[in-house]
Order: sequence, then C-alpha cells, then structure tokens
Amino acid sequence: MRTVRFALRLLGREWRSGELGVLLLALIVAVGALSGVGFLVSRIRAAVALQASAILAADLRVESPRPIPAADFTAAAHRGLRSAYAIGMLSVVFHGERSQLTDLYAVSAGYPLRGRVLVAQRPFAPGTAIAGRPASGVVWADSRLIAALGAAVGSRLTIGAGTFTIGRVLISRPDQASTFTGLVPDLVMNAADVARTQLVQPGSRVRYSALFAGTPRRVRAFRSWLQAHLGTGERLRTLADASRQIHGALERAERFLNLAALAAVLLCAAAVAMAARRYVTRHLDTVALLKTLGATRRSVLGLAIAQLTAIGLLTATVGCALGALTQLWLVHALRGVLAAGGLPAPSLAPAAIGFTTALALLGGFALPPLLQLTRTPAVRVLRRDLEPPRAAMLLAFGPAAALLVLLIYWIVGETGLFLRLAIGLAGFIALLSAAGWALVRLASRLRGTVGIAWRYGLANLGRRRTDSVVQVVAFGTGIMALALLGILRTDLTGGWRRTLPADLPNYFFINIPPASRAGFAAFLRAQGAQPQRMLPLLRGRLTAIDGRPVESIHFPDPRGERFATREQNLTWSATLGSANRLLAGRWWSASEYGQPLVSVSSEFMRWLGLHLGEQLTFDVAGDHFTVRIASVRKVRWDSFKPNFFLVFAPGLLEKQTGTYLTSAYLTPRQARSLAQVAHRFPSVSIFDIDNLLRDVRAMLEKAILAVQSVFIFTLLAGLTVLLAAVQASSEQRRYESALLRTLGASRATVTQGVLAEFAALGALSGLIGAAGASAAAWYLTREVLNLPYRFNVPACLIAIIGGAVLVAASGWIATRATLNQPPLAALREGAQ
Amino acid sequence: MRECVLKAEHLTKTVDSPAGPLTIVHEVSVEIAAAETLAVIGPSGAGKSTLLALLAGLDLPTRGRVVLAGSDLTALDEDGRARVRGQHVGFVFQAFHLIPTLTALENVALPLELAGLPGAGAQARAALEHVGLAQRAGHYPRQLSGGEQQRVALARAFVRRPAVLFADEPTGNLDAQTGANIIERLFALNAEAGTTLILVTHDHALAARCARTLRMEAGRIL
Repeated sequence: MRTVRFALRLLGREWRSGELGVLLLALIVAVGALSGVGFLVSRIRAAVALQASAILAADLRVESPRPIPAADFTAAAHRGLRSAYAIGMLSVVFHGERSQLTDLYAVSAGYPLRGRVLVAQRPFAPGTAIAGRPASGVVWADSRLIAALGAAVGSRLTIGAGTFTIGRVLISRPDQASTFTGLVPDLVMNAADVARTQLVQPGSRVRYSALFAGTPRRVRAFRSWLQAHLGTGERLRTLADASRQIHGALERAERFLNLAALAAVLLCAAAVAMAARRYVTRHLDTVALLKTLGATRRSVLGLAIAQLTAIGLLTATVGCALGALTQLWLVHALRGVLAAGGLPAPSLAPAAIGFTTALALLGGFALPPLLQLTRTPAVRVLRRDLEPPRAAMLLAFGPAAALLVLLIYWIVGETGLFLRLAIGLAGFIALLSAAGWALVRLASRLRGTVGIAWRYGLANLGRRRTDSVVQVVAFGTGIMALALLGILRTDLTGGWRRTLPADLPNYFFINIPPASRAGFAAFLRAQGAQPQRMLPLLRGRLTAIDGRPVESIHFPDPRGERFATREQNLTWSATLGSANRLLAGRWWSASEYGQPLVSVSSEFMRWLGLHLGEQLTFDVAGDHFTVRIASVRKVRWDSFKPNFFLVFAPGLLEKQTGTYLTSAYLTPRQARSLAQVAHRFPSVSIFDIDNLLRDVRAMLEKAILAVQSVFIFTLLAGLTVLLAAVQASSEQRRYESALLRTLGASRATVTQGVLAEFAALGALSGLIGAAGASAAAWYLTREVLNLPYRFNVPACLIAIIGGAVLVAASGWIATRATLNQPPLAALREGAQ
Repeated sequence: MRECVLKAEHLTKTVDSPAGPLTIVHEVSVEIAAAETLAVIGPSGAGKSTLLALLAGLDLPTRGRVVLAGSDLTALDEDGRARVRGQHVGFVFQAFHLIPTLTALENVALPLELAGLPGAGAQARAALEHVGLAQRAGHYPRQLSGGEQQRVALARAFVRRPAVLFADEPTGNLDAQTGANIIERLFALNAEAGTTLILVTHDHALAARCARTLRMEAGRIL
C-alpha cells in the first residue's frame, strides 16, 4: 500500500512535468478505437438478440409462394400448438395523387405468436405494444409510408381495389426482415381484407406464412412432422436459421470495424514503445539514485508496476468514455441504416476489452523496457556512461510481438483468415516501409538543391531515418484508408450513374396478368412511355441435375446450395437480349422452339458446378420439366433491364400460369399517371428505381461515413506516433535550435526548418497513402464493383496536401516549446 | 580507539578495456573509525571515485572485501547492499543528483519514504530548514541555483542521520564562494551528527580540513 501511495505521488509529479502526455494519449486513442467499435457492435448484437426471439413472430414458420395447406394447421392444433398465418406482397399504396411501393402484410387473428407489435399515434414516435390486429377496413402504416404519402392517422389509403383507413402508425412488428430496415415501407392489415384488394391473382407474387408456437417439446415434435410433410417450394424457418444470416452480416461488419480499430491499436503500440523507450532513458539516473539511497530492485519494480497499472486504469477509463462518445456518433451517423426505435444500451464487455487492451499494451510494450530500467547499476550516480545490461531481443520484443499476434487472432477469430491476414499485413508493412525508406532517402538527397530552412528540415528527416520511416508508415496507412473510402464513395455513387444512359428504364412493373398484358403495354404507350420487352415470369424449383436429386448433391459454394433449395424466377425468350452475351453453346433458332432447352447464366453455372449439355429438372407448379443446357450467357446485371439466370426456349412453359414483367422510362410528369395503375391493374406492382437507387446511395454513404469515422482513429494514432517521435528527439532539437540561433539563425529560419521537415514527412505519407489508395480503388472498382475506374486526381491532391498541412501543423505545435527556449538555457542543458 | 565503522581489505577492481584487463584499484586496505573524517585525494584517473563506489557498496570489487556497519557488502546481493546503504549511508555528489520531477522537500523526504519511516514530511522540512532552504521547499531543482541544489542534497544526505557520509567532489560544480559555504555546512552537519565522513576531492585545502588523508595514484594508496 505504501509503495502504491508513493508510486502514485511520483506519477502525479511526472504527469505535471508533461512527461506522460504521449503515453497517455496513445493508450487513450487505442482504447477509444477498440471500445468505440465494441460498444456499437454490442448494441447492434443486443438488438439482434432481442429480435432473434421474436424475429419469426413464432417458434416455427413455414413460408411458401402458395397458400399453406389447411392440413398443416390441423396437425398443429392436434399437437397442442397455437397457429396463425400471414400473407405478404409488394404493391403500390395511394393517398390521393401520391403513391408509394409498400410491403403489405395481412395477418390472421392471433398474430404475432411471439414478440410484440408496436404502434403509435404519430409517425416516428416511441411505440407502445398493442394486442390484436387491425380491424377490417383499417390498416397500420409505418412512419416512412405515412411520411412518403403525406398522410396521417385517419387518412384514407387506396390499396388495389379497396380503400382503407389508417388506424395507427406501425412502429415495428417482430418479423420485419432484419435489424437493418428494408428499403420498402411496411403496412399491416387484416387478412380478411386481402380479397377486397383483388391483389392476389393467379401467378401474383405473394408470400404465404404459417406461424406456429408452443412448448419446446411440442415444437420439436411438430418440426419433425413438418419436415416430413413439406410441400414443393415450402420452406421451414426455425429460430436458428432466422438469426444466422443477420449474425453472418454482423460478424463481417464487426470484423472489418475491429480491424480498422486494430490498425489504430498497432500504431498506438508503436507510440507506447517509443514513449516507454524515452521514459527509460530519462529515468536511468533516477533509478540509480533511488538504489543508491537504499531502494531494492524489487521496490523499484513495484513502483514501476504500480505506476503502469495506474496509467492503464486511468487511460482505459478515459478511453472507454471516448469509445462511448464515438459509439454515440457512429449510431448518429448510421441513423436510417440501423433499425428505428432505438438500440438497446451497450454492454459493459467492450469496457473490459478496453481495460485489457490498455494493460496489455503497457505490459507488452512498456513493461519490458521498465524491467530493463530496474537493472540500472547504482554506480551510475558516479559514472553516467553505465547503462543497464541490454536484454536479449526475444525478451525485449517477444512479449510485445506475442501480444500483437494474439490480439489480431482474437479479433479475426479464424485460423485460415488469420494466417492470410498476418502474411498480408506483414507484406503490406514491409512494402510501405520500403517505400517510406526510399522516399526518405530521396528527400534527404534533394537537400543540396533547396534553401537553408528546407535543407535543415530534410537533413533532419534523413538523420532520424528509422523514426521517419515509422511515421511515414503510420500516417501513410491512415491517409490511405481515408482516401480509399473517399474514392470508393465517389465511384460507387457517381460511377454507377455514369454507366447508365439518361433514358434508362426507371420503373419496373411486375405481376402483370397474362390477360392484361396487351392492355398494360397500351396503357404505358398512351402515357407517352415506351415499354421494354414484356417478359414472362414463372416460379419453379430445380429438383435434379442429370437425374440426381439436388438434395443428394453437395455444393461447395453456399450460393449454389441456396439456388438449389429456393424457388427460381424462370422465363422464356426468342431473343438473347441486349445485356446478354453468349459464352458457350448456341442460342436457339425458330425450328428449336418447343424443345426442352435452357440457357443458363455464367454465375449459376459456376455456383452449381454445371456443364454445358447437362440435364436440369424443374418443378413448375407441380409439373416436372427436364431440359438440356443449350448455352451459357454472361449477363450485365447492372444494365437495369430485366434479366434472368434461367431462360427457356419458347413453346415449352407457355401452358403454365405465370405473370409478365416489363420496364419503362417515365418522366416525372408521366409518372403521376401511375396512380391510375392501381385502379386499372390492381395486381401490378411498381418498382421506382430512382427512389431505390437514392435510398441505396444514402445508406451506403452513411455506412462509409461510419467506417471513415473509425479510420480517424488511425490518423489520431499516427499523430501519437509523431508526438512520441518528437518527444524522443526534443532534447536534441532544443540543443540544435539553440546552437543554430547562437550561430545567428533567426527564429523564423529555425521554425521554417521544422515546418519543412514535418511538411515533407506529411507529403511523403500523403504520397504513399494516395498511391496505395488509388491502386486499391483501381482493383476494387474494376474487379469487385464492375465499374470503370477513373483516376481520382482531387482525392490524391487532398491526400498529399492534407497530409503535409496536418503533419506540419502537428509537428510545429509539438516542437514549439523547444524552439521558444532561450538559447543559453538550452545549451547549458545540452552540455550537461 | 573508537569503534571501526568501515573496513576494506585488499580491495582490487579490474575491468576489461580494449587494451586488455585494467586494474583501477589495487590492493587497498583501510579501516575507518566512527565519526572520523577522511579525505581521499589524488589526480584525475587515480581511482578515487571507484574506491568510493566500492566502499559504499555501489559496485563490487574483483577481489577483497568491505565491511560497512557490521555488514560484509561483498557477501550481499544487490538488494542487500541497497538495504545497508538505505540504513547507514548518506551521499553528496558533484552533480547533485536531485530528481527533477520532485520538489526540494520531496527530494529530501525520499530516503525516509523509501525506508517507509513515518513523519517523512516533517523531518524533511526540518532538514531543509537546517540548511536554510525552508522557503524553497516547494521549488523544483530547475528553479534552484547550483548552491541551493547542493544544499538540498546535503539535507537529503543527513535527514536519516547516517553512520557514514560519502561525498564525491561536492564542490566540483560550484564557484569558489558557494563551494566554501557548502563545505562549511557539510562539516558543521557532520560534527553535529557525529557522522563518519569520507570525502573524495582533488582540492588539497579541503582535504586538509579532514582528520586523515589518503593519497591515491594509479589505483594504489601511497
């Protein structure tokens, strides 16, 4: 206890002397980055966990494009389970002249079996739970729908052929698709009203759900029964697979954000190591004196550990507070992307991670040098050249390296990915260090060609080469990440637009009944729009490949597995279509119409491991068709034209009941006439691509902003490395600037020299960051996003100039105190 | 004869140098009685400071042994020697060796704090008062003149009333007038506390104030 008190008092003195600033800052930034991401993820996780119990609105759920057989409900009732059902479909809802594509959700009595429906009297207000469902003739519309339509509680809405009153504002229902709000607003209505809308026509795209709930034992028994009696196209959803998809997406997001935070932690570790090295150098005399005055090695070590622990606890507390603020900012930045209605409070686990990080960084990077410090010989009080014996490399760097490896492994959590990442990271740092080293070397060679101030600055850069390279790497990484995200944001939102012609279809129409096909095309033409080709749309399921049932085939690609178990959109066509290119096989001629042939997209071929000429068997509404793969197509999916994975030869599927789809470009004036569609063609659903694109872009920008916010920590970490380096060289700088001033240099010259040094350092980092970001953006836009790459000159200039200004300003602020000291005092200190 | 407080037998210190083994202290044997004042004089490089380091247990001899206040320093480990120093020894150095981040008062209190003695603050304040620096208690070393810093070091050296005080060129960094003041105080405190004083210097006038003088040259006592 006495040691702790004494250690704290000494620490207080250190704090007041400003010696600890960099160490504290580095630790706070590291803890802030990790805990900020941790708090955010914990809140989203808690939201997911809350929803997982109610995400199905049931314990078991069967989903199907066709009505669920009554036998299922009877069987459930026999087994003592409660049941309900829901019918979902997309349709346009009208309020006067205004319209909005909406997800209609009609529910039976008893809905929801699990979870709660929250409603309010005003849009975007906190919801209260409500029992029961809307009465007949009444709907609950969600806030976005009410806002989009300019409606209010009590307004009358037209849905298909029926008219309904908004009874409440729907705030949330348990079985909303996921934590992330969908793009389409939501409306709950009474299942008994579906007939009045006349929206359900033969071939309409409707989702039928049966909901079951009961005791776990009964649910388990019923699940086995259901599995044995599952019809074609029917899908059984349990709690486990309902949350798996969200967890997958969340885990990827978490991993990415954590890696961004980890980059900051790595840089902070470098700053901690540098600060600790300086601390040791400055405390050799103190330790020697303490030993001379009777302190044992154990008591010196006790002092050091007590001080480190105090520093760790203090910085972890402040860092966690910073993390909590960061998380608030991230939630704010992500508003609209994350579920409305507020996230649950964050858990305390990230705070524990923050404390562990702070203590681990100190233990790994500061404790080994401090252990060295305790070995300082007492006789140093008489002979200042004596230093503690050098530790073996393994002892000095071993714990730190092991700690870093463990930290990365813990965040990545997967051995294969960890190994790839570790190798990639090592390669990346080596490349960046080599580039930094070459640039620093080049810059110091240039000094013969520039004025005195720049010569002094560039000479400094070259002389402290290792420190310079570490700083260039640190800043370069931060700038690269920020620039890359900036470039991608521009490319994603602008590049997409660039690839599209101005008169590209902006409205898609689906669920056009075969009987209304000609009438609908005439209607569009009457409005002045030119409809694209009208394509039939059928739903069918792949059941066998070359006679082998798909259930018995293992698909290595999970996307293949999904395609084999889900219903597919099928069409037939006489022509190939402008966004399609043949890769293999032959497109059918008129003489082959009616033959069992199918053309398959290249992705579908790859995911299912198919080959040209293989036989595929499909179940279309109970009828089985076996067709041969006649050709393979490369499809441009971003062409905004209707495209299909599977296209059949004409004359084969015509007898099946299906619907048609088409697209058209409508000017805003023409689009107003779409209000009539609901009256004349009630089953037709309209997709407004303009709105959809705008929403996607807004969400993307918010997500990128959030990620960029996390990378600000990387830049902050870079600054701590700079401060650590400046602090480490401050005595030397103080002495040199005094010497220069004694020799007649003005303060302005010395300041210019410092500015030149740091501006060069920042510009070099910016150059590396811009080059790296451009290379990564080139790869990502071309290979992953399939967009044309355009070299982003402004982003590169901002990176280089911004880097120079930021680092020069920070360097100047950090060294100002050393430059302001009177030359005599500095020379005296330097001479000692 | 008074009780012997420090005894060195056949002390030899050899170090490795680029030119081969170098003997800095050669077969030195000496006995120092309680409250005795002893000056070690000699030119630079004679081995005076090394002898002082060996006698105070700051360093270990290659051969021979040192018994300080009844403890054989050469038989103790580093921590054992530190404990003996903390209990029985005080130091005054040429370079003052004050801790820059601690105030004058805290520097003086340091040996008491390290030993875990109660009332460290009050005793340190009294010691500072004794060297005429009570009003400077809250100042940091950089805010004090060289003479004042050495007075703080004197207060620190005497605050635990050590049996032996080692002083290594205590006036080396001070001007003549300040140096003379410091020496006056050193001897006054020494007389008052009855401490054994071992003073390393190359100043013959200063050495003459001690009861006994050891003259060193090339590592040997002449």
